[in-house]
Amino acid sequence: MTIIFDGLAAGMLLFLISVGLSVTLGLMNFVNLAHGAFAMLGGYVCALLLARAGVPFLLAAPAGAIVAALAGVVLERTLYRRLYGASHLDQVLFSIGINFMAISAAHYFFGAQQQAIVLPDFLRGQIKLPGLDVGVYRLFLIVIGLTLALGLQWLVGSTRFGAQLRAAVDNPRAARGLGINVERIFTLTFALGSGLAGLGGALGIEMLGLDPSFPLKYIVSFLIVVAVGGSGNIKGSLIASLMLGLFDVAGKYYLPQAGAFVIYVVMVVMLIARPQGLFGRSAAK
Amino acid sequence: MSTTAPDLSPLRRAAAWKTPELIFWLLPIAAYFLFPKSLSLLSQMAITALFALSLDLILGYAGIVSLGHAAFFGLGAYAAGFLAKYGYGDPLLGLAVGALVAAIVGYITSFLVLRGSDLTRLMVTLGVAMMLYEAANKLTEFTGGVDGLQGVEMHQVIGLFGFDLYGKTAYWYSIGVLFVLFCLARRVVNSPFGLSLRGIKQNVRRMPAIGAPVNGRLTAVYTLGAAYAGIAGALLTQTTQFVSLDVLSFPRSAELMLMLVLGGSGRLYGALIGTMVFMVAHHYLSDLNPQYWQFWLGAVLVLVVLFARDGVMGLAQKMIKAGKS
Amino acid sequence: MQLKMKVAAAAFALLASVAAQAADLKIGVIVPMTGPFASHGKQIMNGVKLYLAQNGDTIAGRKVQLIVKDDSPGTAGDASKRRAQELVIQDNVDILAGFSLTPEAFAVAPVATEAKKPMVVMNAATSAITTKSNYIVRTSMTLPQVTAPIASWAAKNGIKKVFTIVADYGPGHDAEGQFKKTFTAAGGEIVGEVRVPVGNPDFAPYLQKVKDTKPDAVFLFVPNGEMGIAFMKGFQERGLAQAGIKLIATGDLLDEDVLDAIGDPALGVINSFHYSQAHKSPENETFTAAYLKAYPKDRPNFMAVGGYDGMRLIAEALKKTGGNADADKFIEAVKGMKWVSPRGPVTIDAATRDIVQTVYIRKVEKVGNKLQNVEFDQVPEFKDPGKQ
Repeated sequence: MTIIFDGLAAGMLLFLISVGLSVTLGLMNFVNLAHGAFAMLGGYVCALLLARAGVPFLLAAPAGAIVAALAGVVLERTLYRRLYGASHLDQVLFSIGINFMAISAAHYFFGAQQQAIVLPDFLRGQIKLPGLDVGVYRLFLIVIGLTLALGLQWLVGSTRFGAQLRAAVDNPRAARGLGINVERIFTLTFALGSGLAGLGGALGIEMLGLDPSFPLKYIVSFLIVVAVGGSGNIKGSLIASLMLGLFDVAGKYYLPQAGAFVIYVVMVVMLIARPQGLFGRSAAK
Repeated sequence: MSTTAPDLSPLRRAAAWKTPELIFWLLPIAAYFLFPKSLSLLSQMAITALFALSLDLILGYAGIVSLGHAAFFGLGAYAAGFLAKYGYGDPLLGLAVGALVAAIVGYITSFLVLRGSDLTRLMVTLGVAMMLYEAANKLTEFTGGVDGLQGVEMHQVIGLFGFDLYGKTAYWYSIGVLFVLFCLARRVVNSPFGLSLRGIKQNVRRMPAIGAPVNGRLTAVYTLGAAYAGIAGALLTQTTQFVSLDVLSFPRSAELMLMLVLGGSGRLYGALIGTMVFMVAHHYLSDLNPQYWQFWLGAVLVLVVLFARDGVMGLAQKMIKAGKS
Repeated sequence: MQLKMKVAAAAFALLASVAAQAADLKIGVIVPMTGPFASHGKQIMNGVKLYLAQNGDTIAGRKVQLIVKDDSPGTAGDASKRRAQELVIQDNVDILAGFSLTPEAFAVAPVATEAKKPMVVMNAATSAITTKSNYIVRTSMTLPQVTAPIASWAAKNGIKKVFTIVADYGPGHDAEGQFKKTFTAAGGEIVGEVRVPVGNPDFAPYLQKVKDTKPDAVFLFVPNGEMGIAFMKGFQERGLAQAGIKLIATGDLLDEDVLDAIGDPALGVINSFHYSQAHKSPENETFTAAYLKAYPKDRPNFMAVGGYDGMRLIAEALKKTGGNADADKFIEAVKGMKWVSPRGPVTIDAATRDIVQTVYIRKVEKVGNKLQNVEFDQVPEFKDPGKQ
């Protein structure tokens, strides 16, 4: 039982750190490999507010998200915007370049060491139920993850903004003709994606650590989730994250010799079974 | 019913060597005399260029994106390493075995890779490479794991030239292999086979209609690319006499893609020039500022994308065109 | 006439030797300065520079010139080897130094042999490194050297059943092997062992397994950094300590660079290592005070001491040889060299060119408001058991 719970929590963490990428890659069709850089920014903001300014964690983490979102707006307005029409490979080159710069900048300002964070007491420890030990922080992650997933699903699927966004992505010219301010929609969406990244970075420090190499260290994890889930699909990302988390944790518990193989094998098998991802929209890019 | 042979003259014209190319290939000779103290860097550039060329064959010409090309590089590197460690230190034999091992794995995995969209391909190639990395990491007794494989004893190249500290032999050997394989790649891409690959890249659905077996062609070129990468890996092992686990790592695949895109994919010289630009920039920046050079490298990449789409080669072509008109 | 000739010859020889000595002493330092191991490079360089700042940058009449080469990620032997070749061929260095990770040292060893340059290993810890070239000398530690003492200590202090958790890579396999060997020889029992993928962020399944197995203690070896932090936090979260399970480890996991990031979950962990910032000795007090003054953002750790002692070894060796950095003479000079390092007394073993030092058993405690590894037991003059 505890293993299932831990697996779900691990999966939820994966979801939190990669859902932002699902938004930019899937909804905006932009290969933003600098996703981790925004996550790192959110993480540093959160860690510094906690450690230096004594801001409570529940405020510091959203602050990280907001700063990352603002940085997203600035970069989108100045740089990213020029590359919407570019090939995916150019976008890769560009966003990796951003990553390199972010890594060096973080190294310069914060040093190469791991950042310390101390969670508030009410998020620590375990609750003991019969047959199940519930880590409080893990439970917290699961709740946040589910809330976010529902919120995003609603935002994209059921609001006016969501409809405009989908229209803007599928056919920007027609959307413009209908009087939709495509530029503004894209800026907002990009900010949403970076903000989610920042939040993921802030919530992830406790389990993933935070140092300047963060953007490249976890890039593979982000990509796995998005690929398996089917890009641009919030539900897909969520289910993919949970499945990957469950398989990974269960694999490590019951079959520790297999080690890191489990997650890659699961990914490859899932991708071969469903090349477009679990809930991917068909071949259209 | 008489069938006429297809007219191959446009291909022949494209295949003819042009003057700038000849000048380009004089560069390695000039570099030997101009930078006699940098031969180890230059040989590693040649090896990486060959590796980039192998990715260009599959990405630039056939449109198969890969984030796991280091798998084949690493297979070649370990194959050559084991061979030399257990007494078969002949360099050319090592290259052949490296190519063969990589090609076999490339052929087998090509069936996984051909399915799905770009993102799926990226992740499947990456998954395959990561599994190989983990396997090599786990088999510490054989591979040395993260500490690296040692005891790679190389014989002399064609029984004449031993590897030396200054890297002279390594340099000529790497350049020679690169040149031969480049010529071969040049022939391949300018053949009807190469043409059909470009057709597949541009429009997958139309190709079966003109009788080109899409999957067969893709499998073939993927296998060829794998073999090239295997040779590059074997070369690295032989010239450094050491195999580190890093040869299979994700950053190696990702960096390779950067170099290729930087140079301009879909052009053979793009692979070579991208590698040169990237490695020279990396080298000088990291010497100037060992701690924060990544920032400047990142800035270079961002600027290239903003101002020189299609990479350095694309920019050069545009400038030539602008100059002519 | 003959006398005149002799005088002239002597004067000429003197001049020549002065000219030779006046040349700068070039030391090529190969360390990862960027990438995941950037903090290694930083700490080693801090140590090296601190020694020069304290003792002047002229050794035996030769001005020291440091040439730092970043070979990140540090795990790619080809990059390290190329850096070494460049240092030897282009920069004409006298000494190769640095080497934070084993693959760096392994890949460069043949260059040292071929170019006849002394090679001072300041951190890399695989036992076999010093056997790869006769010109290698090490000022850090070896993994078996710091692993064996914690195994003996555990066996002596009522710990009978141990669960080992190591990172799944070369050094992890070595630590697992050494621990098992020493611990079972002393009558202990290994009740479970797992190898964790490197970079694994979530220890939940392993910790659960430990909890279900109920050993007396867990022995942990993972590369210092986020893995150790994640483990400690999980260990606390799951209440393993309350379940009566002790945590023992080698000290790299709890080095001063990461200790603050782990925070309070580190309290009470017992570990064995050769250097602690809290080591009580006048040498260490001077060292740490100077370090904190020069680098107020950082805390001195074992890598900084490895770099500091490495630089000291270079300086002392050159004083003995009169400024001559010829590899054979240099290595002769370092053999059997003894000094009191900030970590305690150390000797360079004349037979293996490896370091012999005291290994301390420590416990993490709060000293003032800082977490420190407080030493409470020691194994003096401990040689690397990996070479016996």
